Amino acid sequence: MREISVTDIANTVARLCQEANFDLGADVLDSLKQARGKEESPLGQQVLDQILENDSIATNERIPICQDCGTAVVFLEVGQDAHIIGGDLYTAVQEGVRQGYKEGYLRKSIVGQPFSARVNTKDNTPAMIHLDMVPGNRLKITVMPKGGGSENMSRLHMLTPAKGRQGVIDFVVNSVAEAGSNPCPPLIVGVGIGGMADKAMILAKKALLRRVGEPNPDPEVAELEREILEHVNSLGIGPEGFGGRTTALAVHAEVFPTHIAMLPVAVNLQCHAARHKEAVL
Amino acid sequence: MQKITSPISADVIEDLLAGDQVLISGVIFTARDAAHKRLTEALDRGEEPPFDFRGQTIYYMGPSPAKPGQVIGAAGPTTSGRMDTYSPGLIASGLKGMIGKGSRSPEVKQAIEKHKAVYFAAIGGAGALIARSIKKAEVVAYEDLGAEAIMRLEVEDFPATVVNDARGGDLYEEGMAKYRRKAGETKGDEL
Repeated sequence: MREISVTDIANTVARLCQEANFDLGADVLDSLKQARGKEESPLGQQVLDQILENDSIATNERIPICQDCGTAVVFLEVGQDAHIIGGDLYTAVQEGVRQGYKEGYLRKSIVGQPFSARVNTKDNTPAMIHLDMVPGNRLKITVMPKGGGSENMSRLHMLTPAKGRQGVIDFVVNSVAEAGSNPCPPLIVGVGIGGMADKAMILAKKALLRRVGEPNPDPEVAELEREILEHVNSLGIGPEGFGGRTTALAVHAEVFPTHIAMLPVAVNLQCHAARHKEAVL
Repeated sequence: MQKITSPISADVIEDLLAGDQVLISGVIFTARDAAHKRLTEALDRGEEPPFDFRGQTIYYMGPSPAKPGQVIGAAGPTTSGRMDTYSPGLIASGLKGMIGKGSRSPEVKQAIEKHKAVYFAAIGGAGALIARSIKKAEVVAYEDLGAEAIMRLEVEDFPATVVNDARGGDLYEEGMAKYRRKAGETKGDEL
């Protein structure tokens, strides 16, 4: 059985927290550059230029892309033949987040007692950990710092099955319209369809990890993504909500079987600082 | 691009229009959710506020920590809507400028028009870029709030865009209306 030490796990998480906050993925940057080429609004063009300049300053000077360094969302894919040694997995992840946010001078944004005292935990823990068991003997770690402004615009709706495809489109487009300038467009729109309330939401969040603009492999879902994107980019919200064509860079939808009585739809919005980094141990 | 100074004079506020891009130099104060709550509670109790915000500009921002040798870390705006509960009272008491991102409530917009104030958007998610325009930063109140403490910032050419002007103009509404179209008309040019 292959052994993976908790020290390696913590160090990797710490490194990923920092890289994610400093270096935007090439796919996101390419997509922003393409959008800049197509944007018709002069104000929108200027905003996209400033966003790209910001992302380059962050990379070169190791400054966070955004002062909201996010909730640390950590996705773990644990190979069933891997053996984690030296401690427990969740503690190692939390330790990695603690280290990474301290060493990287990243903002600590997590508060305990959410409905009352709201006291800052001062190390950005706890991270939100999602664990999947997979075949093999490796451990894949993905760190996604997710900002509060875009996460606050998340929506879940339990549609009746009668609402069907059009109901899904209308709900997603309305969610983006209502969010307006708040979630820092241009966005990536994560959509989860099916499962149950919780399943739809995690599908929507995981959809954000896909390479920007890569269609769902199922042609029927890919066509739905294309149609929603067309509607969203007709809203006129534009970069930072100042008006323009580029409200979203992409719509990513994931689907899952559901109950005969249900059609859950979840929307998880990602701002243009679409940060995530992964490593395989 | 128009250069303006903060505190912003009544004459300048009068001339600013939704959609105008400005470079702000001078002094601005940071405050976000927790600081607004405390500030408003202090005013409700009839206490003196910890800094005189009359005539001043408040920036809705909580920075990332400064690295050694830096003035401030990343320093972009947070969503203004969460301050909507508190802003009309502060505007009525003399606050003149606000900088954030995202749309404001009808109550805030009315207060802006009535009391001749102005609301600017800075670019959300451009924290590294904006930090360059901040030349000095010091905590002036509520230090225990950490990133949410009230700071006095000295800024030079801080880039912002007028969203709500003193005449009732609203860039978010006007900009969206200008570029809205029916889906189907975008065929062929989606990203």
